Amino acid sequence: MIEMKNIKKIYTIGEMRVEALRGIDLDIKKNEFISIMGPSGSGKSTLMNLLGCLDTPTEGEYLLEGERVANLHHNRLAEIRNQKIGFVFQSFNLLPYATAFENVEIPLIFRGTASRMRKQKAEELLEKVGLKDRMNHKPTELSGGEMQRVSIARALVNDPSIILADEPTGNLDSISGGEIIEVFVDLWKQGHTIAVITHDKDIAVRTQKIVKLKDGRVVDGGSSL
Amino acid sequence: MKGFLFLKLFLRDFKKQRKKITLTTLAIAWGTFSIVMLLAFGEGLNKQLTKANHGLGEGIVIIWGGQTTMPYQGLGKGRRINFTEEDVELLKARIPEIKNVGGEYTRWEVPMSYGKNSVTEMITGLYPCYEEMRSHYPDKGGRFINELDLQYKKRVVFLGNGLKERLLGKEEAVGKTIIINNIPFTVIGVMQDKLQMGAYGEPDKDKASIPATTFKTIWGYKYFNNLVYQIKDLERAEEVKKEVYKVLGVKHKFNPEDERALSIWDVIENEKVFNKVMLGISIFMGIIGGMTLLIAGIGVANIMYATVKQRTREIGIKMALGAKKKDIMSQFILESLIIAFLGGGVGIVLTSIVVKILQAIPIESEGLQFLGKPTISWGIMIITIIILGMVGLFSGFFPSRKAASVNPVESLRYE
Repeated sequence: MIEMKNIKKIYTIGEMRVEALRGIDLDIKKNEFISIMGPSGSGKSTLMNLLGCLDTPTEGEYLLEGERVANLHHNRLAEIRNQKIGFVFQSFNLLPYATAFENVEIPLIFRGTASRMRKQKAEELLEKVGLKDRMNHKPTELSGGEMQRVSIARALVNDPSIILADEPTGNLDSISGGEIIEVFVDLWKQGHTIAVITHDKDIAVRTQKIVKLKDGRVVDGGSSL
Repeated sequence: MKGFLFLKLFLRDFKKQRKKITLTTLAIAWGTFSIVMLLAFGEGLNKQLTKANHGLGEGIVIIWGGQTTMPYQGLGKGRRINFTEEDVELLKARIPEIKNVGGEYTRWEVPMSYGKNSVTEMITGLYPCYEEMRSHYPDKGGRFINELDLQYKKRVVFLGNGLKERLLGKEEAVGKTIIINNIPFTVIGVMQDKLQMGAYGEPDKDKASIPATTFKTIWGYKYFNNLVYQIKDLERAEEVKKEVYKVLGVKHKFNPEDERALSIWDVIENEKVFNKVMLGISIFMGIIGGMTLLIAGIGVANIMYATVKQRTREIGIKMALGAKKKDIMSQFILESLIIAFLGGGVGIVLTSIVVKILQAIPIESEGLQFLGKPTISWGIMIITIIILGMVGLFSGFFPSRKAASVNPVESLRYE
């Protein structure tokens, strides 16, 4: 499903060359639930951005469902993000003036889905994450856990190939964090492919595989804790 | 319909920035107001001046006899050219392009009186064709000089409306007898009030007109003071003028190239020049209004730039969710178009109200008669809408390009 071979990412800031990733090999299979761990500066976020097609690698090969995505046109990358990737962010990244329902609807709008289908789909997913009765609330009226559920519903709305979660419990208290972990586990059991970047061992132990990064390299490609 | 939810979201965002967006919208409204107002005044001025131009006559040329400056067929230069009825008949017969032609006798400072009122004014001896040719249209209940008046040399008079006021006041004039040069004349008609800009002699409203034949009998003029002709097709004015030189040149034995043999006032040519001047004025006014609108447009661009900055994170989120560059751009362009047309709509409504009010105010002063009737035409509306659309597009385009160049990685990190 996802194959990364010798991925390198080098940032040049003025005279400085920062090698964020120094040759990553990573395979994620269908219906796999993996976590990516590592200290700050290890290249976790850079890897997440590359996996999510928000950024392109300096070197190496990235195949997403057999499609070479390293050097695609920005419009095609936008389509891939829209249809194959579901993002869940640490800080939720919901649109503040849109309701929960509208936030979930947005990826469908970019896809060009008809309004009736959008309504049906968004309602279905909000129900799935247990927020049916909160769907006309704006993010400011929701708790952190509820906001993260909205963003999970949003990530799922286009039936993505993979869900990429970046510290999904990082801004949550332990109780809501625990609930969110359960949501991910349920999704995995339903057949979704999930990659979580995290510091949180509580979430990492629930995954099938932990990939550890250090200094832009994979130091452990599949151990459990 | 992709835009609809974004429109809804924009309006929600609008509420948050109400003050800023309201001010910008007002700036656009003001710009629109000034551009439409200036163009409306231009249009009104144009309409009134055109009417005033036509007050003298539409498509007419006035000819006075001149003096030859070239020797011709053995005749020396410096001969005076004078016109008689033969010339009128000749032009009528030889040049089919001429619709009306007539000669005119003029006498200044003729005493006229009615009861205790007496004035000295200009009097002209005319033909029936002057009604159409020189816009001597009678007011209700009266008529202009006709063929019978000419034939029987009737002592009838057609009064200019200003002259009638001075002689008869508010009294009904038709049928009354006034004394001209100690001879009684019956009033057959009073001229309709008209705007007249150009005049030779007195303005038409201040003179009296009698049949040319009657005039000749009383004062014994041998020659017309001038001729007037009206043409059918304005496009052929120049050819007709040349033809007139040729025909009169043969009769009076002057070189048709000798321009000074005739003295010509080409009202048609004047009108062409006038139209060009009016177009120039309209363009000038449009530019001034456009400048005002441009400044407002810069205001819109400014607010859009600020919005892009404010919404960097939002743009990043949308990109992560699959927005293409063109989705981001079209959103900002749509927003600035909304502001432009919202402001434009307010401006146009405001202008329409002001124009309606101005049109309703009765204007007495003659100078203001030309200025005081601003008119909003379809042309003005179309021009304004095009300009507003351009202002909206341009003021949205550059900020939107900035928005589309947002790096999603950077903007998502940006807390």
